[in-house]
Amino acid sequence: MIAIVDYGVGNLFSLQASLKYLGFDAKVTGEKEDLKKADRLILPGVGAFEDAIAKLRATGLVDTIIDETSKGKYLLGICLGMQLLFKKSYEYGEFEGLGLIDGDVVSIEDDLSPEAKGVLKVPHIGWNALTLTEMGTCDSGCCDAAASGCGTASDCVANPEGRCVDPLFKYTKNGDCVYFVHSFYGKNCEKSTIATAEYDVTITGAVRNGTVYGTQFHPEKSGKVGLDILRAFTELK
Amino acid sequence: MITKRIIPCLDVRDGKVVKGVNFKGVKDVADPVEMAKFYNDSGADELVFYDITASVEGRKIFSEVLTSVASQIFIPLTVGGGINTLDDFDRVLKCGADKVSVNSGAIKNPAIIEKAAKKYGDQCVVLSTDIALIDGKYHLFTGGGQKDTGIDAIQWIIDGVDHGAGELVINSIDTDGVKGGFDLDLLDLVASKVNVPIIASGGAGSMEHFAELFRHDGMDAGLAASIFHFKEVDIRDLKKYLIEQGINMRI
Repeated sequence: MIAIVDYGVGNLFSLQASLKYLGFDAKVTGEKEDLKKADRLILPGVGAFEDAIAKLRATGLVDTIIDETSKGKYLLGICLGMQLLFKKSYEYGEFEGLGLIDGDVVSIEDDLSPEAKGVLKVPHIGWNALTLTEMGTCDSGCCDAAASGCGTASDCVANPEGRCVDPLFKYTKNGDCVYFVHSFYGKNCEKSTIATAEYDVTITGAVRNGTVYGTQFHPEKSGKVGLDILRAFTELK
Repeated sequence: MITKRIIPCLDVRDGKVVKGVNFKGVKDVADPVEMAKFYNDSGADELVFYDITASVEGRKIFSEVLTSVASQIFIPLTVGGGINTLDDFDRVLKCGADKVSVNSGAIKNPAIIEKAAKKYGDQCVVLSTDIALIDGKYHLFTGGGQKDTGIDAIQWIIDGVDHGAGELVINSIDTDGVKGGFDLDLLDLVASKVNVPIIASGGAGSMEHFAELFRHDGMDAGLAASIFHFKEVDIRDLKKYLIEQGINMRI
């Protein structure tokens, strides 16, 4: 069972529907026991950071989420759910996040170059191309870390193009488009960044730290590319 | 880089798509789920569903249709038609809509824009407008473009964005149905006044019209109904053509 953490933020219809469509049992839940029993966790979220982190903390589920991931359970934060994983957010103030990803959440608008200000719109809404971070140098598509010694992730895989990527992108090609809706973005998280997108600034598209994953984009709204990313998440071992 | 969006619009009455014609591989062109799948497979970036039902029973059917579409198609869905209250927002969002388009409902009750933006976020609130040029001024129309409100359309849009509308559908009554191209004068004027995504509607008759639209700054998406429904333009061919024209498209 995949537990979608329910803390009263956002519309979870599509997320649950997309997992069901892929044939997985997904439960929207705010119960500790469900999070403990689940094979994987998904932390969704839309809205403002301050409100969301307060609501998440109020559920009393934060310790359980952190415990479970440290025991090796996979977690995927989506959109604001990804941002909550970060150490700090500067969205209308300064707030502590869960600290599972080393980095900050900052305003896109503030970082736009003078040429882009007033031209590029914020929120960043729409389909943008992902640049997958190269995990290693094994261009043979072997991705057997023990044999090749490649990359930062010991479990890197070959994507459909034979590039060495994070296993979340097992089915994803460089340049595949995904759907974004956000005004703030993850920064200073180079060590954890596994994909980016260009919007004058380099937007952190996806992050990973051990079993903790996050995507800024909405895989449940990104057509086949998004469904494939969710499928890859469910197949992580 | 961010891509421009192509959005087919489907009018639904009593659970059936209005205006559908024969599509290869689509068994029932009046079936919203079949049509949504067809457009999704053709590369549509987003779908807009307008509920043009008048009856309570029809509205219930629309909710069922929407739930069914949102359970099988995983691209952004915008829903409009009959949105007058926060309860209406709630109803369609619970059925799987991502964005809600409000038009006449906001003219009757402008406060709904701000209330909905506060409750669901700006990104969820699409302000849809029907506009015509009357004696050198852009007027806002209501009732599906039938009735001149006399309201200054440009000021209405500026106020709407100030109150939290996160996206705009600008439908020109003057170019709608003419198939002579989008109303670029109107669209340029709107783009010069606001900085939220603009979905252009009304007037698309050919692939060139989309290229022309996207060469103008500030245009994010092109919306059309009949040229897609009547297969005058295939979305896959359109995107291929636009890429050749140097426009960023998702394929």
